Amino acid sequence: MDDALFIHRLHFAFTITFHYLFPQLTMGLAPLIVVLKTIAIRRNDDRYNQAARFWAKIFAINFVLGVVTGIPMEFQFGTNWAQFSKLTGGVIGQPLMAEGIYSFFLESAFLGLFLFGEQRLSKWAHWGSAFMVFLGSWLSGYFIIVTDAWMQHPVGYTRAADGSFQVASFWEILTNPWALLQYSHNMSGAVITGSFVMAAVGAFYLLERKHEEQARIFVRVGVVAGVIFSCIQVFPTGDLHGKYMAKHQPATTAAMEGLWKTERGAGLTIMGQPDVEKQRIDNPLVVNKMLSFLIYGTTVAEVQGLDKVPKEDWPTNIPLLYYSYHVMAGLGTAFIGIMVVATFLLWRKKLFASRWMLWILMLALPFPYIANTAGWMTAEIGRQPWLVYGLLRTQHGFSANVSAGNGLFTLIGFMGMYTVLAILFLFLISRVIARGPVLEESIAKGTPVSAV
Amino acid sequence: METLWFALVAIMITAYVILDGFDLGAGILHLVIARTDEERRTVIRTIGPVWDGNEVFLLAGGGTLFFAFPALYAASFSGFYLPLCIVLWLLIGRAIGIEFRHHVDSRVWTDFFDGCFCISSALLAIFFGAALGNIVRGVAINKDGTFFAPLWTSWRVDNDPGILDWYTVIAGLVALVALAMHGALYVAVKTEGTLNRRARKSAALLWPVLIVITIASLLGTLSVRPQILDNYRNHPIALIIPVLVISALTGMAAFSRKGNDLRAFLSSCLYLGTMLVGAAFGLYPNVMPARNDPANSLTIYNTASGHHGLAYGLIWWGIGMALAIAYFVIVYRMFRGKVTADASGYGH
Repeated sequence: MDDALFIHRLHFAFTITFHYLFPQLTMGLAPLIVVLKTIAIRRNDDRYNQAARFWAKIFAINFVLGVVTGIPMEFQFGTNWAQFSKLTGGVIGQPLMAEGIYSFFLESAFLGLFLFGEQRLSKWAHWGSAFMVFLGSWLSGYFIIVTDAWMQHPVGYTRAADGSFQVASFWEILTNPWALLQYSHNMSGAVITGSFVMAAVGAFYLLERKHEEQARIFVRVGVVAGVIFSCIQVFPTGDLHGKYMAKHQPATTAAMEGLWKTERGAGLTIMGQPDVEKQRIDNPLVVNKMLSFLIYGTTVAEVQGLDKVPKEDWPTNIPLLYYSYHVMAGLGTAFIGIMVVATFLLWRKKLFASRWMLWILMLALPFPYIANTAGWMTAEIGRQPWLVYGLLRTQHGFSANVSAGNGLFTLIGFMGMYTVLAILFLFLISRVIARGPVLEESIAKGTPVSAV
Repeated sequence: METLWFALVAIMITAYVILDGFDLGAGILHLVIARTDEERRTVIRTIGPVWDGNEVFLLAGGGTLFFAFPALYAASFSGFYLPLCIVLWLLIGRAIGIEFRHHVDSRVWTDFFDGCFCISSALLAIFFGAALGNIVRGVAINKDGTFFAPLWTSWRVDNDPGILDWYTVIAGLVALVALAMHGALYVAVKTEGTLNRRARKSAALLWPVLIVITIASLLGTLSVRPQILDNYRNHPIALIIPVLVISALTGMAAFSRKGNDLRAFLSSCLYLGTMLVGAAFGLYPNVMPARNDPANSLTIYNTASGHHGLAYGLIWWGIGMALAIAYFVIVYRMFRGKVTADASGYGH
């Protein structure tokens, strides 16, 4: 605990992991709320407006948490990673500034209109404010991914005489192929969280036999969006991202897959525990030649193992990287299974009566969060030992002027603060869910809402 | 190019202080001017739809600083590590104070979040003022441009000062009083009846305190950083800034007494704006003066990004800010006018 680099890494890892629990739901729910508003207008069906209002409440609580845990992220580049910020600010300062002025202003302004303005705006203007919130949150995601993608796969930069990175082409940074792949994979992941949460809440009401009319809307929208994006998550986005990674970060791919030796016709390890010292997978469950096929489309292709990479360039925590990746990929596959079955039942008009399937949908709620978190851990632990891949090592990026003791002080502070936030969040969300979407009718009749 | 970006960052920070300043000010006075639950809900409703957008100026200003002056961003954020983390915690406290109080209809719950909102707002004002005080006063900077400021050392302004000393405490108090005044005038604009009366009364009581503390801070500034006058000597036209500060101070009291709340509030905006611009003008081209050795000072020249990036950034910064201003106009028009207790739509 007296190693400053370790404390700064833990500090960022903890705050970013906690933070991303919230934006993944806001980014996932935002398009679904737009869908609900659209159906409400096109079918002139107020039940969908009610549904949108209910989800807007959950969205709003999430949004607050996302904002208050997001501000520390922007500060932390400077507070805990000063050397990195000083060297790379000329490049990544651009997307981070763009996020502030292009998406946060948009998002905050129109969220105000969306939450406060339903009575003051026409129905299309209110739809528009929902759409702008969606646009703002998705733009914000894009600028952040551009920043991360530049660290994963730096493009469009030059190096000044003092070693700092400067922009050569902002366009090239914005259209970094890594960013496009990562963005589509990540946003699809966020919609999976949004749709699983929506379906889970609907399934809960159906199992409780409460608010059944609204619940059927939630389950229907959740399952349809869920099946579409669960499939997109694996193919094409996950597939293309994985291939691109194998090409540009072969050491990461090898460590993710637990592949120590370069092999022709490499097998895909489904399960097993990596033993870094003996350089092998214990209790392996392998599909022969599958890895070569997945990456190169042929079962005889050679896949580079860790033996081709100098040891100092190996990812620093291979077991954790291996597990993150396997948890992500395993859950992603399971999501397709769950949603395909649910869609089939929905199509056969049997879903709402199939209590076993509603139980599965309800209990699936935490797993997209786990999968999204594991996915980000794969990306970030996989990038190690680099901050900027191949150019700047993590050990050269932290704030050397901030001692481990000071770092631990604020880490403990954040842990305490976030524990309180987590308790408040769970308490408030469970109240909203317990009250249900029907209470909204009283608002339409003009009863004061302040007590809500 | 560096000078231009210095001005743009200064404008964004000024915009942040003026806009989020009234949210913080409303928070500082929240427990004093709003006594019943209904009044407190009204005060929160005056800032409810806008506070989050106002806070974005802090983020966007921070992002602009990061992009235009990365070395300054890196040095100051890591150097002021502890107070910045405390500011982050206070921002969390303020946000949940505003957003979560409505959710549960319970005396204990609402009182707790009112307290959160009030205390966090007051401490944030003090910290922001102290932060500016630190920049004007300067810190001990190493040769490589890094530093680490402890929260306090001897409370004196020497060559190795802490974040808090007598000077920065005064700066913090200026911010506390000025933002409380700003908030009082804003609440007066947005409310009627008892709340309006109490807000005006608080402003009237705060006014003489603000005069005294402003003078104290100016004298303090001249004693800890007499060099701040150099820019004014070379460009006497800038003496218009102190003239504007004085007229703004007069305007606040005069308009408020006459019952013209909006003009009084605009005077307060002018006061905050001119105080900040005055400080920025005096510092230029320094952005973080070194107390130990002036050669180690961080200036706009040794902390800026490359010219190519700065030039390109200007184009899309301009477009982005034009859009942002348009959103602000829409939102403020939408929620213009007085807020009353039974207005519908705090939609949580």
